[in-house]
Amino acid sequence: MTPSRTAFAAILAKDLRSELRTLQSLPAMALFAVTTFVVFRFGLDRTSLSGSLASGVLWATLLFAAVLGINRLFVSEREEGGFDAIRLAPIDRTVLFAAKATALVVYLAALELVTVPIFAIFFLEDAAGLGPLVAVLLLTNVGLAATGTLISSMAVNSRARDLLVPLVLLPLSIPLMIAATGATEPLLSLGGPSYDRFDTWLMVLGLYDLIFGLVGYAVFDFLLED
Amino acid sequence: MYGKGLKPLSIAAVAMLALSLSLVFFYAPLDGDQGFIQKIFYVHVPLAITALIGFVAGGVFAILHLRSNDRKWDAYSYVAIHISVIFGVAVLITGAIWAKASWGHWWVWDEPTLVSFLIVFLLYATYYPFRYAIEDRDRQARYASVFAVTAGAFVPLNFMAVRMAESLVHPRTFATAEGGMPGEMMLTFLCSLVAMGLLWTTLVKFELTAKSASGQVKRLRRALDAPVGGGSSRIAPEVS
Amino acid sequence: MEFLLAAPALPLDEAGKYVAGAYVVFVVLLVVYVAIMAAKLQRIERDLREVAAIAEERKDEKREEVSA
Repeated sequence: MTPSRTAFAAILAKDLRSELRTLQSLPAMALFAVTTFVVFRFGLDRTSLSGSLASGVLWATLLFAAVLGINRLFVSEREEGGFDAIRLAPIDRTVLFAAKATALVVYLAALELVTVPIFAIFFLEDAAGLGPLVAVLLLTNVGLAATGTLISSMAVNSRARDLLVPLVLLPLSIPLMIAATGATEPLLSLGGPSYDRFDTWLMVLGLYDLIFGLVGYAVFDFLLED
Repeated sequence: MYGKGLKPLSIAAVAMLALSLSLVFFYAPLDGDQGFIQKIFYVHVPLAITALIGFVAGGVFAILHLRSNDRKWDAYSYVAIHISVIFGVAVLITGAIWAKASWGHWWVWDEPTLVSFLIVFLLYATYYPFRYAIEDRDRQARYASVFAVTAGAFVPLNFMAVRMAESLVHPRTFATAEGGMPGEMMLTFLCSLVAMGLLWTTLVKFELTAKSASGQVKRLRRALDAPVGGGSSRIAPEVS
Repeated sequence: MEFLLAAPALPLDEAGKYVAGAYVVFVVLLVVYVAIMAAKLQRIERDLREVAAIAEERKDEKREEVSA
């Protein structure tokens, strides 16, 4: 019985490697995000943002970019018959879940590494709030990754794959968005970052991550039975 | 036998509904703040609570389905969610009517419970296209159960998050009524709640019985080697 | 958007319409559901009729075979 950790590392490495090789979704996601910022600049008729507007624009954009990119996660897996290989391998199926979710966290982090500085350059007066924002980004990524992996691994076997993930994932992400924007809004306020209820929101994010991480862990086995 | 007990159940539901309606209009006192409008709560809130419990029940049935692989639990889960979605429509419409009567707007974002319910409703509304998109029946049932479990876990978390987003200390009208709810109002409310619960259970049983009857007809057809008629739903699980 | 701290108590005839509206919505949805189930029941009845006819045919065929 292959030790889970080795299997986890192997699948994760494979995922990241294939992403680097094909360079599929990451640049596209980043481009989409930056273009969306431009759309917001004109849509809101603002050249600088702060507080709730800044928070909203940033998170809405990240969410939509993430949802667009999440689909790609399992596509190559399915096309290359990777699912069958994993089914035959004597490893715990939940390792696949953990590996996929971790890969997704890495993708999202990479996306944010590019887009958040650009957002700051485009719209923010000062970058003081960006430091603590990292914590918010990280926790939100984990939540998005857990539910995203769960939904996209089901959607990949369906007909309307591209529609299904955004459709189902968006309502599921609303609590994440509530908490993320709630924490970010005071961070990006005009007079400098403030930490109004910061720890509470981080706890909500953590709770979401915990609950959906557990749900994913518990049900993932049932998704690969065939 | 799905129909067993359906008759006494429906009689109980009707009796309870009749009782609560009478209580609402002849017994419960008028609310100090809202006046007659408050009476909407006796239909709106019990519907909402029942729908939410129904969604969670759908998740519980889904867990049973995943563990036992018995398709009947998938049918239970589907019907529970289906009836709760219908109740959900009623919740949102009656909620809008109440909002219009109280605030003059058909929708207000200030009521966290109503907003949370909208989000939950939107999630469960995706249950149907989700099922429809998965063609293989076995897989569809399994994935639908995973959806139902995930969504069931989502419900309490969502309510908590939305409530926290409430920044103003806004005296929610139901809270004011709830906080100092006189005994007569509480009794009326509880009766209405029980009535809606019974109604929900009756409709779920009703729907399952109808599905079972269709399933038996199919079974007969197959036993007679007769052509199986068309018109079987792509998403509603079959019961036999 | 100005919201009053406590909801205004509308006059009874005004409020009555809204309350009635809410209960009407409830009843209408319930009846619509019953109507849909009635349609399903009709289909079940029709199907059963068909199946019963088929079963009777088979019975007659068997009787003919036996007597022949």
